[in-house]
Amino acid sequence: MRESYQPVLSALLNKKCFSLFITFLLICSYVQATIITVCQNCEVSTVTQAVQMAQPYDTIKVQAGEYETVSLEIKKPLTLLGEPGANLNGAEKNYILKLLADSITVSGFSILNSGRSYTKDYAAVYVYKASHVKIINNKISKAFFAILVEKSKNAVISGNNVLGTAKKESQSGNGIHLWHCDSMKIDKNEVTGMRDGIYLEFVDNSLVKNNYTHHNVRYGLHFMFSNHDEYTDNKFEQNGAGVAVMFSKWIVMKRNHFYKNWGTASYGLLLKEIYDGEVYENRFEENTIGIYIDGSTRMTYSRNTLRQNGWGVKVSGGCYTNVFKENNFISNSFDLSYNSQLNDNTFNNNFWSEYTGYDLDKDDKGDVPYRPVKLFSYIVNQTPETIILLRSLFVDIINFSEKVSPVFTPDKLVDESPSIRSF
Amino acid sequence: MIAVKNLRKSFGKLTVLEDLTLDLNQGGIYAILGPNGSGKTTFLKVLLGMVLPDKGTIHIDQADISKSNDYRKNLGYLPQIARFPDNITVSELIDMIIDIRQVPAKPEPLVDLFGLNPFLDKKLGNLSGGTRQKVNIVLTFMFDTSVLILDEPTAGLDPVSLIKLKELIADARKQGKIILITSHIMNLVEELADQIIFLLEGEIYFQGSLTELKEKTKEKDLEHAIASLLKS
Amino acid sequence: MIKILKYSFSDLMRSKWSYIYLIFYLILGFVLLFLNNDVSKAIITLMNLIVVLTPLIGTIFGIMYYYNSREFTELLLAQPVSRSKIFFGQYLGIALSLSLSLVIGLGVPFLIYGIFQSTEIFNFSMLLVSGAFLTFIFVALSVLIGLYNSNKIKGFGYAILMWLFLAVIYDGVLLIAMVMFRDYPLDNLALAASFFNPIDLSRIMILLKLDISALLGYTGALFQKFFGTGAGLVTSLFILLLWIVIPVGMMLKKSKSKDF
Repeated sequence: MRESYQPVLSALLNKKCFSLFITFLLICSYVQATIITVCQNCEVSTVTQAVQMAQPYDTIKVQAGEYETVSLEIKKPLTLLGEPGANLNGAEKNYILKLLADSITVSGFSILNSGRSYTKDYAAVYVYKASHVKIINNKISKAFFAILVEKSKNAVISGNNVLGTAKKESQSGNGIHLWHCDSMKIDKNEVTGMRDGIYLEFVDNSLVKNNYTHHNVRYGLHFMFSNHDEYTDNKFEQNGAGVAVMFSKWIVMKRNHFYKNWGTASYGLLLKEIYDGEVYENRFEENTIGIYIDGSTRMTYSRNTLRQNGWGVKVSGGCYTNVFKENNFISNSFDLSYNSQLNDNTFNNNFWSEYTGYDLDKDDKGDVPYRPVKLFSYIVNQTPETIILLRSLFVDIINFSEKVSPVFTPDKLVDESPSIRSF
Repeated sequence: MIAVKNLRKSFGKLTVLEDLTLDLNQGGIYAILGPNGSGKTTFLKVLLGMVLPDKGTIHIDQADISKSNDYRKNLGYLPQIARFPDNITVSELIDMIIDIRQVPAKPEPLVDLFGLNPFLDKKLGNLSGGTRQKVNIVLTFMFDTSVLILDEPTAGLDPVSLIKLKELIADARKQGKIILITSHIMNLVEELADQIIFLLEGEIYFQGSLTELKEKTKEKDLEHAIASLLKS
Repeated sequence: MIKILKYSFSDLMRSKWSYIYLIFYLILGFVLLFLNNDVSKAIITLMNLIVVLTPLIGTIFGIMYYYNSREFTELLLAQPVSRSKIFFGQYLGIALSLSLSLVIGLGVPFLIYGIFQSTEIFNFSMLLVSGAFLTFIFVALSVLIGLYNSNKIKGFGYAILMWLFLAVIYDGVLLIAMVMFRDYPLDNLALAASFFNPIDLSRIMILLKLDISALLGYTGALFQKFFGTGAGLVTSLFILLLWIVIPVGMMLKKSKSKDF
């Protein structure tokens, strides 16, 4: 194929034709760089070979077949397209793909069997210092880490399906792991059976949307030291815990669904040392703890629905000037639990399904303030085994007497205008 | 037909029946008398199997009553107080008792005799005490039993019904049945009883006919005879 | 025995108290469902009521029926039927008629509301099952108390006291004990203690459905094992069954040796 360039090159001497030639060359190279096809009986029969011979901006199309791919380094902008049935098998040795240049696209592959190590973070797809990388619609299984991105910008990770078999935290890696990144977009991925479904550390200005992470050993989604990020419309189901947001600022959490994250000290959402975030329109259903707040300040929680959780919201540690408004607390074993008698947070106009007051002036706000913290939740904090007495008549009686004259629970913690209707 | 041997019963420290032995071989009316606490009721209840004796045996028609409760098929019992479930009707009650006993019964003539027809579909809870006592009598006499136990049978009865009851008792006697009666009404006893069994402190203090009792105590009527029995 | 059961059942089914009980549950069911419009919340409220109320009603009905039918029982005793048949038949009559009132009274509103289309159907049947269990248990216990106490006033007092103890005092003592000894491992104690109180046991059985999220938040391995698996439900049902069998057995034994 390369021989065909020769007449063109000889024409280079013709200065008249120079500008025409340049134009032609550009078009030529663009057209010529389109596709390298890889199949098991083709001239190019391994992906490694194709990547070696490809020019920047070439497209490599991989047909169905098993391709052993061990630590394949891609250092030029390429598009790798897998056709259905194109398997990149890492033979459990090392990394599988290493994307080390900008504008690389990896799409449509089934990528499996990365190496496993206690010292190296072997990943099915590893991205380092690259921008505008796209990892789209791949199926990644039996990987230590599925997608590991470091020091990169503007990548899109979309539509991937990550399937792991993790049993213990220490023996497994994360599904989608980002470290020191900026302006990333992670959407429509499904991650299951990994340590963390999605892990973000030092990742700013990024969007996590429409993902579904379930049955991961640790967290569905995990933020550390990340600022100005947003996650919306995700579903987190039956993970060790749903989402942990730690040491981060300006995080927006919207319309997510936290479902059945069960277990000892498990929760839908953990907030640890969080400032200035927003939590709204999320649904927390049947989690052991809906929202566990261990130090959060200047946060707004609004229009969330907390239904049938063990604890709707559990507050411990210093939490200052948070606002809870227009949330629905429905049929939780405990709506709210505090471990101290101090309260610096505002609860206003929430819907509490246990509220028994009345609304004579018909403004949809109960005329009697509501005290969401019960004495029994205080007792259970002190002596967890007493949970076995939940909903006993005796407990109702002591809850009632505490309601009448608070001794153990924060007496200023009151919703002055509880809503009569749910939002 | 009733053979009681060495019967003994005490409630806690209180001995109610002490070594009671009694044989009733002939049909007839036996009045069981005695002061309060003498053991009359306990004795009847032991016969009925409601109270279990500490010692001793009872045979009714040769059957040991502690072995099986079948002997009660041959036993009619008229309790002192007529209390029935409030919400079932008279005819349901009669059917029920027949159903439980599984022996032939003729309630209709008795129902006619006591004029109970209008009440057959009424709930027992709505009946007066006297009417309930009549129902009670029907339940007792509708079976052909060889032994009848009547505990204060006249309580709450109007004079007309009382006469009819006496007729029933007389009929039963003619058929050669054993009829045991307790009563506080001495006239009734005098009128009916063939034999008097007088209990005192759990023992049979006197057993014999009315005439024998009068002769023994040299009194003219039963009330005084009994009073003098108690004094001596 | 079937005959005795038949008559005492039909007697009770026609008593006004059965109707009052039935109507009470009908009203309760309708009010909770149609004013709230939230099945799961209605079920939680019902659960709170049922674990306290069915034992109370069972106790009062059981002891009342026992004393009220004493003379009739004597009449039955003079019939050729064994004592165990009489008492077992009467016991079943009371327990069945009360359970029927409960099931119909709550079942009708929920049926009209469309419980079969709801995901709460399992929780609801759980509620009815434990309500029925509690009825059978407390009727047996109160009849037993009746058999041991000829004095009506005394028997009634003991029966109410038993209810109060199992419904309230027991939990209070347990709670205080657990708080006092919280430095010791308590999960064995807590679990065992709940086996000795049928009200606690049925409460926990319902908790297993309604509050599993909270129960799993507790760290004790025993709790996890008990609550996290079907074993919890099966064990609870089995022990509730024992709670019926043992008092009924004692009842029959006592009835055989009692003087009336």
